[in-house]
This record gives sequence, C-alpha cells and structure tokens, in this order.
Amino acid sequence: MSSQEPIWIVRDYSKCSGCRKCEIACSLFHEKRIWPEASRIRVFMLVPGAEFPHFCTQCDDYPCVESCPVDALSVSKETGAVLVDKEKCTACGLCINACPGRIPHMHPIENYAIICDLCGGEPQCVKVCREGGWYVLRVVSKADEKVMGRNRAYKLYARKPEEVTRDLVASLYGETAEEEWI
Amino acid sequence: MRGYAGKFLEVDLSAEKIKELTFDESILRQYIGGRGLATKILWDRLGHRWETIDPLGPENILLVLTGPLTGFFPGGRICVSGKSPQSNGVVGSTVAGEFPVELKCAGYDGLIITGVAAKPSYIFVTDSHAEIRDARHIWGKDGKQTLRILTKEGREELKKRFPLYGEWKEPAVLYIGPAGENKVRIAAVMAKWTHAAGYGGYGAVMGSKNLKALVAKGRGPLPEVEDIEKVKALIDEVSARCYTNDSFRRWGTGAAGYEVGAVTSSEPIRNWQEEWHDQKSFGVDKFEQRVWIKRYWGDFGCPTTCLKVAMVKGGPFKGAIGDNPDYELQAYVGTNLGIFTPEENVYLASLIDDLGLCGIQGGNALGFAGELYQRGILTKEDLDGIELKWGDAKAFAALAQKIAIREGIGDVLAEGSYRAALKIKEMKKKDVTQYVVHEKGMAIGAHGVRSGKDYTTDISYACSVQAGDHTSTAYLPIYHSNSELAIILHDSGVYCWFNTFNLPRHLKWNFFKAVTGWEIGPEEWYETTARRILHLQRVLLLLGGPDLKWNPKIHDDNPPRFYEPLPSGPYAGRKVDRAKFEDSKKEYYEEVGWDKNGIPKSEVLKKLELEEADKVLEEKIR
Repeated sequence: MSSQEPIWIVRDYSKCSGCRKCEIACSLFHEKRIWPEASRIRVFMLVPGAEFPHFCTQCDDYPCVESCPVDALSVSKETGAVLVDKEKCTACGLCINACPGRIPHMHPIENYAIICDLCGGEPQCVKVCREGGWYVLRVVSKADEKVMGRNRAYKLYARKPEEVTRDLVASLYGETAEEEWI
Repeated sequence: MRGYAGKFLEVDLSAEKIKELTFDESILRQYIGGRGLATKILWDRLGHRWETIDPLGPENILLVLTGPLTGFFPGGRICVSGKSPQSNGVVGSTVAGEFPVELKCAGYDGLIITGVAAKPSYIFVTDSHAEIRDARHIWGKDGKQTLRILTKEGREELKKRFPLYGEWKEPAVLYIGPAGENKVRIAAVMAKWTHAAGYGGYGAVMGSKNLKALVAKGRGPLPEVEDIEKVKALIDEVSARCYTNDSFRRWGTGAAGYEVGAVTSSEPIRNWQEEWHDQKSFGVDKFEQRVWIKRYWGDFGCPTTCLKVAMVKGGPFKGAIGDNPDYELQAYVGTNLGIFTPEENVYLASLIDDLGLCGIQGGNALGFAGELYQRGILTKEDLDGIELKWGDAKAFAALAQKIAIREGIGDVLAEGSYRAALKIKEMKKKDVTQYVVHEKGMAIGAHGVRSGKDYTTDISYACSVQAGDHTSTAYLPIYHSNSELAIILHDSGVYCWFNTFNLPRHLKWNFFKAVTGWEIGPEEWYETTARRILHLQRVLLLLGGPDLKWNPKIHDDNPPRFYEPLPSGPYAGRKVDRAKFEDSKKEYYEEVGWDKNGIPKSEVLKKLELEEADKVLEEKIR
C-alpha cells in the first residue's frame, strides 16, 4: 500500500473453517509467540460448525474510545484502528462494556485491554486467510462507499459472540437448530 | 526444554488427588510425547504385571498426551492411550481439535489419569490449575448435549472467576457418549461432535473410570521454542504445500469414497464379502451437492481443513448433522452395511458420533451382525425384532443404539466383532469367527489388501503393533513414509499425518529442531527411537491378557476372509497368497528385529536399552 488510508476488514463468517490461522498470525505478529488468547482476533466456536472470528470493527463513533476514563484509547489517523496505550490503561474493563459486541478483552498476563490495531495497515489475519483460500476476511478502503454502504453506522460486526452464533447457526442448520444450543 | 510446557498432570480419581509431574529431558528425547511417551509410562508402571491388568478395571491408566510439535506443526492432535480393551496392548489413538492447544496453553503437556471416580466426574483444567468436578448432570447425555452443557458451564465458570476479562472463548472438551459410559469396548473418545480417537477403545476406559469429560482452557502462550522465526517459516512452508493439494482440500479423504470401491477395489462391502462396487450415487459430488453445508472445516492451525459440515436436508433422515463422513465412515457405516446414499450415510455417521461409538469398530460390528443375519445365524428374535437387512439404515441405527446401551444382542456386540463372535459361538454352538474381519481384537481399517491396489499390503495389519489401525501399518521397506516407524513420529509429535503428505523428508527434522532444538535425523529415528517405541509396544501386545492373548505364530495373520477370493470387480479372484504372505512376514520380522516367531530378539532389545523388557519376554513368552 503506497499511502496509508483508513481501512476496514469486511467479513464472510459463513466461510470460516475454524482453522484459527488468524489467531496464530496475529499473536506471532504482536507477541512473537503462538498465543491464541493474546490474539486480537479470536475465533469462537460456541456451536461446532459455527466458528467465526471476533475482532474490532472500528465503529464510526468509537464508543470504546469515548468510554475510557484515562484516555488510554485513541484512533489511528493512518488506519482508523483503535490504539491502546498500555502504559495508561488500567484494565478497568469499561471499554468492553461500551463495545456493542464486547470485543476487547484483557491481555492474558499483562494489565491492559487488547484491541485489533490493523497491524498498522497490513492485517496479518487477512493475509493468512487469503493465502489459504478461505476468503473470510478482506481489506477495503474505509472511504469506499460502494463496499461500505451505510453499514458502518449499523456497526455491522460489533456484535456479541452469542448473537453472531445464533445467526450463523440459523443459517447453517436452519430449523434443525435448537434454541438451547447457544 | 523447548516445545514442552514441561509439566504433566497426574489425576488419581479414586483418591480425588491431583499432582504435577515432570519427565527428564532424556526420557522426552527418547519417547517424544503422545504414543511414544504413553508406551513408556505404561511399561514403567504396569509392564511387570501387564497380563493381569483388566483394561476396564481400576488399575488401567488413561493417558491423554500432546507432543512437542503439537500446536506448532500445522494441524495439532492429542494422543489418547492406555491398555487397550481391544488389543490388550497399547494403541496410540489421536484426535484433532483445540483441546491439545488449550491444555498446553494452560501449562500442561498431558494428563495421566488413574483410579476410578466414586461418581460421574469431569476434569477441568485452567491456567496451572486442575480440579475434579461433578458430572452427574451430564451422565447419560449424548455427544451434542454433553458438549453444549460443558461449553456453557465452562464459560460461566470462567466468567465468574474472572469477571473483568471480557468475553470468554469456549473451553475445549474431550468427552464420551453413552457408549463410553457403558464400557462398550468399541467406544471412542470424542471432540467437537464428530471427532474421535476411535482405535483402541479408550472411550470405554474413560467410562470405566466414571470420567465423562476433560475440559481445558489455557490463557498462556504455547511453550517457548528453540527458534520462533524458523518455526514461523516452517509453518508457512508446510501450509503452502498443503494449499496445493486441491483434491484433498476439496473433498478430504471422502475423495476415496468412490475410487476405493470402484478402482482399487478394496472397500468393505456387506462385511467384506465384496470389495468392489460401482455405485456412482456414492461419489463425492453427490455428497457435495446434497449434504454439504460448509465446504472447509478444520481444527487449530490446519491449512488443509479437509472436513466438511454436512446435514440431511430432506426425507426420513432430515436434520441429521455431522461432518461429511470421511472415507472410513463412508465405507464402514455405508457400503459395509450395503448403504449407498449420502443421506443414509450421514444419518448413521451422525448417530454413531452422538452415541460415542467408533465409526470403524462400530460399523465393523454392525456389518458382522448383518452377515450373521444374512446367513440365518442371528435371527429376528435374537435381534429383538430388528430385521437386519443390508441397506436398511433404520435397522442398523436401531442396532447401534442397542450396542451403545448394551441392551439385548447389543450387549454382545458391544464387545467388538471378535469378542462378540466368541460369545455367539457359545450361544449358537457354531463357529462364526471366520466372518469377523479383525486383527487381534480390533476391526481393521477400510482398506482391504486382496486386490493389491490400495496402499495396504498383506502384512499391514497382521504385523502392526497397533493391530487393525489403518493409520499405523507394517510396511516394507520399513523406512517408507507409510511405515509404522514413520507414523510413530506423527503420533508422538503429536500432529496430523495428513499435513505431511508431499513434504520433503528433511522438513520434519527441521521442524523438530526449530521447536525442540534436538537434531533427530532419520538415522536416530529409524534405528533407535522409533524402533524402541515399536519394540516396547510389541512386547506389551504379546503380553496381552487378561481375556485374550496373541501368539504371533497364530495371530500375526490376516482375517480369514482375506484368504477367500474377491468375488467381483476388476480384481475378482485375487486373495492373499499364504506363501507370499509368510515370506513378507519373515522379511518384516527380520527388518525390525524380531525372531522367526515374531518375538523381539534379545540382542536387539539390549541394544535399544530395553533389558527389562527382554527379561520379561524371557520369563513369560519365549
């Protein structure tokens, strides 16, 4: 990418194989370890077959940034990603409650919240998902209305794991799915 | 030590005590993990009285072990082992899923489980912590219900303990279904609705310990490795090679569903009475168009994702859900029962999974019963009213349910085909063992040897230390990638064999070095390490007992059916040639270091530093 512009990762959950290579790529990039729980993208499998990656969708109004009492969160001008200042973050958890999808979570051993930073503009999860031919994730320009439409305001992917699972299960298993599965 | 979490959990269910355990680096280098380490632990703890240990009694030890490459080599698996209630030897039975990764991230390489719980229990492992929990509320539940309850309960418990963490991903679960609870010898240890550690019968061992499940959630990283940059590059290299395997990615082993029947003519049909069919209704495209609801499905780190999610969309079996039957299940709960439609096949595979039966062992027992019904040896009355006609999925489903709960004739078949045959022989005063297609008490995989066109050969099962296991076969030359000596590496590593196809050999050694720092070359592996594990497994297999013992002179043999000529197909008339088989067997014995009677040679055992094993053989076998 020549000049960095705010980007967005569009998703097709129905294609997610549950291979979790995104978790491996993310944690290797950010932590130099294979570390699923320290990955900024986490694959949930509340029901087998209904796997999907759960990670920040960069809402237009950034409720997490708004909620932070110590100004530890900011928005990258280059990529539009939410950046966490780990020195300032007190791990109070208010950003998790402010997120409509409860997407941020705590670093497993350190005292700060972790949120997808779009790897500075070249998301490693997207790369590995594309290399493997699953195409669950795709990078688009955040300014491209043809792709984005009005879905940004809808906070398309800022949804709780149970909500996403419920829809995926309905789409996969139809009337066979039972409410109590989730 | 690199690649290992460094600690194991020893859980004494009788005393309700849990402690941590470590192994010296020299032991780990010699036995690696998974299958190799399981064999070593079993030998050390039970070897001197092996033949007296009832696999379903309190003295057996259940092992659930990862290896150093688990989580690193693409496609992690975990090895379940113990004294097998099928072969009475040691079987390293591996299963995929996220459990091994969660366990290592929690700080443990494996679990060593002894004793019997006073009430139905499960083990819950979190970061550097483990506890035994009550499982009375899930005892009796099928696979899907069990996983649902434990997923929910696990997440709620974690949320309660760490309310500020954020959303908890589900813990990973290994569990048994009703079949395991009822100590059905052909029960599997299950994961993710459809995954099974089937060979060996360790579902029954879990059941005998009143252990319904193992649940793990770890928040730590995978262990430190020798060189993370090299590991990363090797993951990319292995993945890139897997990405080019189009057929395997697209259809998985299911691609063999038509070919093995029609082309290589080595697929079990109606209990192996034939090995050829030309039923195009059973081709992969039919499954793809009719039952697939997800094209790629896989487990942690897998580049191939050869699984597919399948559901029956209409007709009498509407709503049956599972993974698309792999080749083995297309064969064993398909053609082997005279079933040739994807819908019936998915339905039976799904039911077998829910009951927690092994698809191969279960399908073999169902097919055996089908042939006895065909021959009028088992009647409708014997089967509590079931008319067990070939191709009748509902009839076979009814019988599978009886097996899982040990009801009526199901109680007999729950012992697995061979032991069932011995019982039926007594019941009917008629020898029926010639109809059992097994190897040392284990059903063989769905790759026949008569046509000579499959990867298996006449010694594959007969000389394997894992008996009927088609993923670990005796093979000449012994250095071939299909050989049991090569497979022990994957089963001890522990990772998926299917992601090693088309890899240059040096890659595996490079991977071991990048993770562990050890330079294990082919020489060390084939001449010493793998051979030591193989010999120890062989010694334990020959010690056997208490119910059945194997004499290589009699039992290192093919099932009787393989000496009958193939009745149909392009290779009609072919059968195992006994004289040729005896020659191959002799050559194999010689190559691996066994004497002419199939017993490990004293000088070979001594060279492998297995002096104790040599003494035991001298006392009890030679």
